[in-house]
Amino acid sequence: MNTGLVLPQIWKEIRRSRSITICGGILVFVAVLAVMGPLMSPHSYLTTDFDGRLIAPTLSNFHIFGTDDLGRDLFVRTLMGGQITLLVAVIASIVSLVIGVAYGAVAGYVGGHIDAIMMRAVDALYALPFIFLVILLMVVFERNFLLIFVAIGAINWLDMARIVRGQTISLKQREFVDAAKLIGVPAWRIIFRHITPNLLGVVIVYVTLTIPQAILVESFLSFLGLGVQEPQTSLGALVNGGVSHMEQAPWMLLIPAVLLAVVLLCFNFLGDGLRDFFDPRQEAK
Amino acid sequence: MLRFALLRFLWAIPTLLLVIVLAFLMVHAAPGGPFDAERALPPEIEANIARAYHLDEPLPQQFARYLGGVLSGDFGPSYRYRDYSVSELIGNAVPVSMKLGALAMALAVLVGVSFGTLAALRQNSVLDRLTTGLAMTGISIPVFVIAPLFILFFAVKLQWLPASWSGSTSAWRFLLPVIALALPQIAYIARLTRASMIEVLGSDFIRTARAQGLGPAAIIRYHAMKPAMLPVLSYMGPAIAAILTGSVVVEEIFGIPGVGQFFVRGALNRDYTLVLGIVIFYAALVILLNLIVDVLYGLLDPRIRHR
Repeated sequence: MNTGLVLPQIWKEIRRSRSITICGGILVFVAVLAVMGPLMSPHSYLTTDFDGRLIAPTLSNFHIFGTDDLGRDLFVRTLMGGQITLLVAVIASIVSLVIGVAYGAVAGYVGGHIDAIMMRAVDALYALPFIFLVILLMVVFERNFLLIFVAIGAINWLDMARIVRGQTISLKQREFVDAAKLIGVPAWRIIFRHITPNLLGVVIVYVTLTIPQAILVESFLSFLGLGVQEPQTSLGALVNGGVSHMEQAPWMLLIPAVLLAVVLLCFNFLGDGLRDFFDPRQEAK
Repeated sequence: MLRFALLRFLWAIPTLLLVIVLAFLMVHAAPGGPFDAERALPPEIEANIARAYHLDEPLPQQFARYLGGVLSGDFGPSYRYRDYSVSELIGNAVPVSMKLGALAMALAVLVGVSFGTLAALRQNSVLDRLTTGLAMTGISIPVFVIAPLFILFFAVKLQWLPASWSGSTSAWRFLLPVIALALPQIAYIARLTRASMIEVLGSDFIRTARAQGLGPAAIIRYHAMKPAMLPVLSYMGPAIAAILTGSVVVEEIFGIPGVGQFFVRGALNRDYTLVLGIVIFYAALVILLNLIVDVLYGLLDPRIRHR
C-alpha cells in the first residue's frame, strides 16, 4: 500500500487511471440521475394509467422510457428502482464491512488458538450455500425490507474478514501497537482505535468489490419476487416484470437490464482498478 | 491421502447439520402456520391437521423426526402439492436439472480454460484484450439478465430456437439455457486461467523447459497446464454454487421443470416443507461437490495434504 502518499497526491494518481475515472464518473452520474430524475419528471412511480399501458419510449408526454403494463411511467420507475438497488447494496455492504472488519481484526489481533478456531469457522461458512438460506429467510419472514439488508450483508463478510485478518497480523507488529500496549491501552481499544483506522485503504477497495455482489443478490431476490415488493421496485424486480412482457414491450426488459448491467460492470471495473492501485500484489481473481 | 479425504469428510458432516438446524429453525420461527387459509377453519380440524403433520409435538421431537426422515431420504409431505412427497417432487425434477448443470459446467470449463490459455499465450494481443474485456462483462451481467435477453434475441426476434421448454422436444432446447447458465462461469474461469497461466509461464521451470527446446504446445500440455489449473480447480466449489443458483433462475425463465423451478414455486407459494427440503438438498449437493473438489485438489497438489 502507498502509505507514503498524502491525500491530494493519491487523488491525482487515481485520476490517471482510465477505468477508475470513467467508471467512477458513470456511477456518480447514475446515482445523481437516480436521485434527481424522479423529481424532474411530471409522473409519479405509482400512478397507474389504464389508457396509457405499454407505451413504447416516446418524447411526447415525457414517457422517455415508455410505460409498463399498468401504465406507470418507466423512466421514473427505473430510476426509483436504481435508487433502491443502490441503497440496498450500500447498506448491505456496510453491514458486511462492520461484521467482517470486527471479526477479522479480532481474529488477527488475538491470534493463537482463538484465531485458528475463528478462521476455521470462516472456512466452514464458505462451504454453506448462503443464498438458499437467505431465500428461505425471505420466504419465512414476509419479505421484510430491513431483513434484506442484514441478510445480504451477512453473506458477504467472509472475504472481508479474511483480508482484514491478514492486514491486522502485519499491523500488530508495528511500533505504535507496542507503544500502545506499553502504556496499558486495553486490547479492544487497540483493535478499534489504533488498528482499524489503518485498515481503511484495503477496506475501501473490498467494499467497492462487495457492492456489486450485494446488488447481484438483491436483484436476484427481487427477480424471484422475494426481495423488494410492489409498489416499491428495484432493478431486479423491473427485469422480472420485463420478462413477462418482453414480446409486446421489449423496452420493459431492455432498459432496466442494461442499466443493471452497466452499474454492475462499473462497480467491478472500479473495484478492480482501485485494487490494482492500492494493492498491486493482489492478482485479479 | 486417505486420512486427508476422511478428515475433509468428517468436517462436512457438522456443516451440513448446521444448515439443516438453521433451515429447520427458520421455517419453524415463521409467523403463522402453513395452513392459515383466508377462511378460518374450525379448531377441531386445525388440531387434526396439526396432528397429521406432527405440528403439535414439541420442537425437539419434530426436529428429531425430520432429521431421521432426511437421513433416510424422506423430506416429508409437500404442503401445497398435496398428493406428492417432497422427495418425489425433488426426485422427478433432478434428472433434467442435473443434465442442465453438468452441461453448463462442462461448457464453462472447456471454453473458459481454452480462452484463458490462448489469452495468456498472446498477452496484450487483440485476442487477449477481447478476452479480458468480455470476461469482465460476463462476470458482471447476471444470469437473469442474460437469459431473457437470449430469448428476446434468438427466440422472439430471430426465431432460430424455441423460446420455451415445452414447445419442443429436440436436444436444441438445451442450447440457450446451458449457454446462459455457463456464460458467467466461462468468464470467471477464463480470467482465472489467464492470470494463473501467465504466472506459471513466467516461472523458472518453464524457462528451463523452453531452454531444452520444447515447443509451446508441449510446454502447455506437459508442464504448465497442471499447476495453472490449481486456482481453477479451487474455484470449482463457488462455481458449483453459482451454477445451482443460476439454474433456479434459468429454469424459471425457460420453463424447465427442474428442481429450481419447484424451488421458486415453493418459495412463492409458501410451501415450507418443499422449500426446506430443496434447501437441504442443495446444501448437501454443494457440500458434497466441494468435498470432491477438495480431495481432487489434494490429489493434484501434494503440498496441501501434507500440511
